[in-house]
Amino acid sequence: MAASGMVIKRGKSSWLSHIGMIIGVIIVCFPIYLAFITSTITPEQVAHPPMPLLPGDQLLHNYQQAFFSGINAPVWKMLVNSLVMAMGIAVGKIMISLLSAFAIVYFRFPLRKTFFWLIFLTLMLPVEVRIVPTYEVIANFGMLNSYSGLILPLVASATATFLFRQFFMTIPNELAEAARVDGASPMRFFWDILLPMSRTNIAALFVILFIYGWNQYLWPLLITTKPEMNTIVMGIKQMFPVGGEVPDWPLIMATSILAMLPPILVVVCMQKLFIKGLVDSEK
Amino acid sequence: MATISLQNVTKAFGKNNVIHGINADVKDGEFIVIVGPSGCGKSTLLRMVAGLEIITDGEICINNKRVNELEPMERDIAMVFQNYALYPHMSVFDNMAYGLKIAKIPKNEILQRVNTAAEILQLQDYLKRKPRELSGGQRQRVAMGRAIVRKPAVFLFDEPLSNLDAKLRVQMRLEIKALQKELGVTSLYVTHDQVEAMTLADRMIVMNAGNADQIGAPLEVYNDPQSTFVAGFIGSPPMNFLNNLFAQNQQLDSSAQQAIDRLLTDLPTEVSATLQQQDNDNLTIGIRPEHLSLCEPPTAHLIGKVKYTEPLGAETLLYIEVQNQQTITLRQAGDIEIPAAGDSCFIRVNTALICLFDSKGKRIQI
Repeated sequence: MAASGMVIKRGKSSWLSHIGMIIGVIIVCFPIYLAFITSTITPEQVAHPPMPLLPGDQLLHNYQQAFFSGINAPVWKMLVNSLVMAMGIAVGKIMISLLSAFAIVYFRFPLRKTFFWLIFLTLMLPVEVRIVPTYEVIANFGMLNSYSGLILPLVASATATFLFRQFFMTIPNELAEAARVDGASPMRFFWDILLPMSRTNIAALFVILFIYGWNQYLWPLLITTKPEMNTIVMGIKQMFPVGGEVPDWPLIMATSILAMLPPILVVVCMQKLFIKGLVDSEK
Repeated sequence: MATISLQNVTKAFGKNNVIHGINADVKDGEFIVIVGPSGCGKSTLLRMVAGLEIITDGEICINNKRVNELEPMERDIAMVFQNYALYPHMSVFDNMAYGLKIAKIPKNEILQRVNTAAEILQLQDYLKRKPRELSGGQRQRVAMGRAIVRKPAVFLFDEPLSNLDAKLRVQMRLEIKALQKELGVTSLYVTHDQVEAMTLADRMIVMNAGNADQIGAPLEVYNDPQSTFVAGFIGSPPMNFLNNLFAQNQQLDSSAQQAIDRLLTDLPTEVSATLQQQDNDNLTIGIRPEHLSLCEPPTAHLIGKVKYTEPLGAETLLYIEVQNQQTITLRQAGDIEIPAAGDSCFIRVNTALICLFDSKGKRIQI
């Protein structure tokens, strides 16, 4: 009743709530707007308050410089690194957790429950707790400063396994049996039936995991020492000068804006799949 | 085209025995209905034939070949599930063609087989739709289509109609029967609905707590039940059971006593002989509701009081309390006058059709 009332209601209260929401949006967006303004002016303008609130004329220059040369490494290189890492983590996590959930739900093997709870237990340990031994392992494998070193320690995912397990358990058992009567092997059933049925779940997880991978900070900071292996999120931090020098704010802000674009793109693109999944529910 | 034979088939879940040795032979092209109350093991039995449950003991043969160790697909069977189990992301065509694709049947033959099946089931217009865009009856047909296109030796139906509404159920029941006769494929059909069992079956297996109480043609089972369970389960309303009818120490008024004496003399001689031979307190007399009728006092076999009535139009059911507070059901034609609740009434029994059961509920053959 309240919801339909809100749609029909006109007049003052509607305007008030709109004003409230507009203020909220301004509060959230203003820092990002400021970052964008900063990326379009000269370093001198930043250093001499008051800061302008309208875009300057340095946009092309700043972005060109950031994109192609940067401070330690060109931004395009860092973007590529981040993209490889985020994609690797998202795709890797989804593949591994799909397969392990498939095993846990559809096969009877000794210690099945134990394995599930072992996987589940790792949820309790954040990356930071096991970061020293993990570093040791990766260093011994000679994976420092490599994509595999960036991706592999982060691909196992208890959360995703758990999610797929729950989803598979809602699929009626008769479906697996029907496939068996149809002569489908277990892997065939996985490919032809489970995978297509999970695609909305996969899309949702992909968005979350891509952003998770993109925003990794601590792990890349430890594992990469060469600037050309930096990921963009940690790369921004690396752009700050070590001594008392004035940081090149326009360049840093241009990099920040560039770093925000891919996650936004992923969310916007995948949103369509999301909504599609919500509207035509299967089952 | 196949025969099926079950030899002492047993199933145990852990230590829990759910099926205690079933023997049955199914002839080629026969329609066998396995009927019983929920939890009697009928679905488990079907799933063992399908190969979805492991057979604990005994042997199942299809076409005289032992299939205990074979995968479902190698048994040359097709199954229709209760909730249809259609693949939700595939079109009707793909649902029906999936098994054929796996069997690597050439594309044009798949096309031809699916189209033929769709024509039989009147699904031609729906081949491109997804299961969720179909009604219950159409989904049911797709599930049948999936079974038909495989051209299996045996059809297995696991309560295929129980998700449909009553009217559709009757319609689909006729369609299934017609289809099975047309294709001539040996079929096993599980249901808890005795009307379905009666109408569909060539022969039926009545199951009770993991045992096959009786195997036989529907009318044979109806007219000649081998146990009180079968007599009570098959037929609606169920058979009436009367205990202690002729016990000596009853406090009956004279007219009731006269009626009982009349019943005893009117019984076939073999029946009354058996009743006198044995300790008749432990015997149960069974009589179908339609073998009772209201009559005039001088010819009555039982005297009772009408508790309530159910006029169904074509027929009327009377629930009557007779001696020892036992309630019996009487079925009479709808055009006969209906007594009011609370009236005394006089009942005549068609004594030739009485069944006798021993204290364990087994039929005493006379």
